[in-house]
Amino acid sequence: MRLISHNLLSCNIKGVKNGFPLKIEVGEVIQKEVDFNADFLRHMFAKIEWKALVEGARSMGYTELPEDSPDATVLDSADDSFLRKLHHALLELHLEEGALVCPETGRKFPVSKGIPNMLLHEDEV
Amino acid sequence: MSSRPELLAPPEIFYDESEARKYTSSSRIVEIQARLSERALELLALPDDGVPRFLLDIGCGSGLSGETLSENGHQWIGLDISASMLNVAVEREVEGDLLLGDMGQGLGLRAGVIDGAISISAVQWLCNADKSSHEPRLRLKAFFGSLYRCLSRGARAVFQVYPENIAQRELILRQALQAGFGGGLVVDYPHSTKKRKEFLVLTCGSVPTSINEGYKESCSEDDDSEDEENGMVGVSDRNRPRKKQRTNKKGKGREWVLRKKEQSRRKGNDVPHDSKYTARKRKSRF
Repeated sequence: MRLISHNLLSCNIKGVKNGFPLKIEVGEVIQKEVDFNADFLRHMFAKIEWKALVEGARSMGYTELPEDSPDATVLDSADDSFLRKLHHALLELHLEEGALVCPETGRKFPVSKGIPNMLLHEDEV
Repeated sequence: MSSRPELLAPPEIFYDESEARKYTSSSRIVEIQARLSERALELLALPDDGVPRFLLDIGCGSGLSGETLSENGHQWIGLDISASMLNVAVEREVEGDLLLGDMGQGLGLRAGVIDGAISISAVQWLCNADKSSHEPRLRLKAFFGSLYRCLSRGARAVFQVYPENIAQRELILRQALQAGFGGGLVVDYPHSTKKRKEFLVLTCGSVPTSINEGYKESCSEDDDSEDEENGMVGVSDRNRPRKKQRTNKKGKGREWVLRKKEQSRRKGNDVPHDSKYTARKRKSRF
């Protein structure tokens, strides 16, 4: 699972109000190279929850992202170093083994082979 | 389809290791899936600006439909309830992210982040109650409600569905509309039993300007040319005018009766002869 998906996922248990962001417990992280597409990154940038992304990237061992959300001008500047970093964090880091933890209830969603198991028990629906 | 898989077992059990492998190694299924997802993507009507979008594939299975999305340059995230199918997807090294989840429990996604959703032959599974705790209506409601939230405004969701009967189709459509979606059903090849495909096209937030037309029937079996121009429209939307009742107060009229009698005669049925009394109403005190 990549951080782009982690950034969209929230805990779906009934009654949970702050199910976002899920904390990442890292077991194994792998990297896969993906084609760089600046347009897509600009498109997604507005939807990304920056703080969650930085935290997620840190927990996966990638610390190049700035703490505060940069303003949108960086996206259009000629220097694409920022976009490259964003690209790497969003699309190339994969959480292969580990778990996602709900920040409110502490419920663990195990991740194996890169697939998070988001199935809820009957009493959580 | 000789038998409906929905009736055999719940999805997470039906699509076990062997079924998942069978599903993905059948070139016929692969081809159908590819064609359906191509069509679904077309119905999504994403803006044609070359920017890849972030799409959701509900019931992605082994990632056959996701592959079509990748081929068109989009990023996607797939959800499925069958772990075996997802394992096959991992083996096939699909490009999207995969989630093991139950769509009937609602999608745990943040609001307004998804640019479009497709689902190939999956939503009809929600109409079955596989566990005692399952209530199809509530599961559909949870699914459509959470989907509505996570789609961005103006985004579309296209579901290819195989409803078992009219009641199921109505149920799915009604739940979708109750969740706030606009849109309706697009039927490709409405007169063919085998080729007939139904797509539920839903829009989120804004009223659709136009829903694409369903493909028309092609006359010969091998002719797969799908031209849109003289397509057959099969749209039933929220405001569809009810079929006008042709009968008025006086009944269907003498001409109609004579025509029907003639038709029946041609079939060789035994039909009373025409007289001046034909198609007259009986007196009320009769």
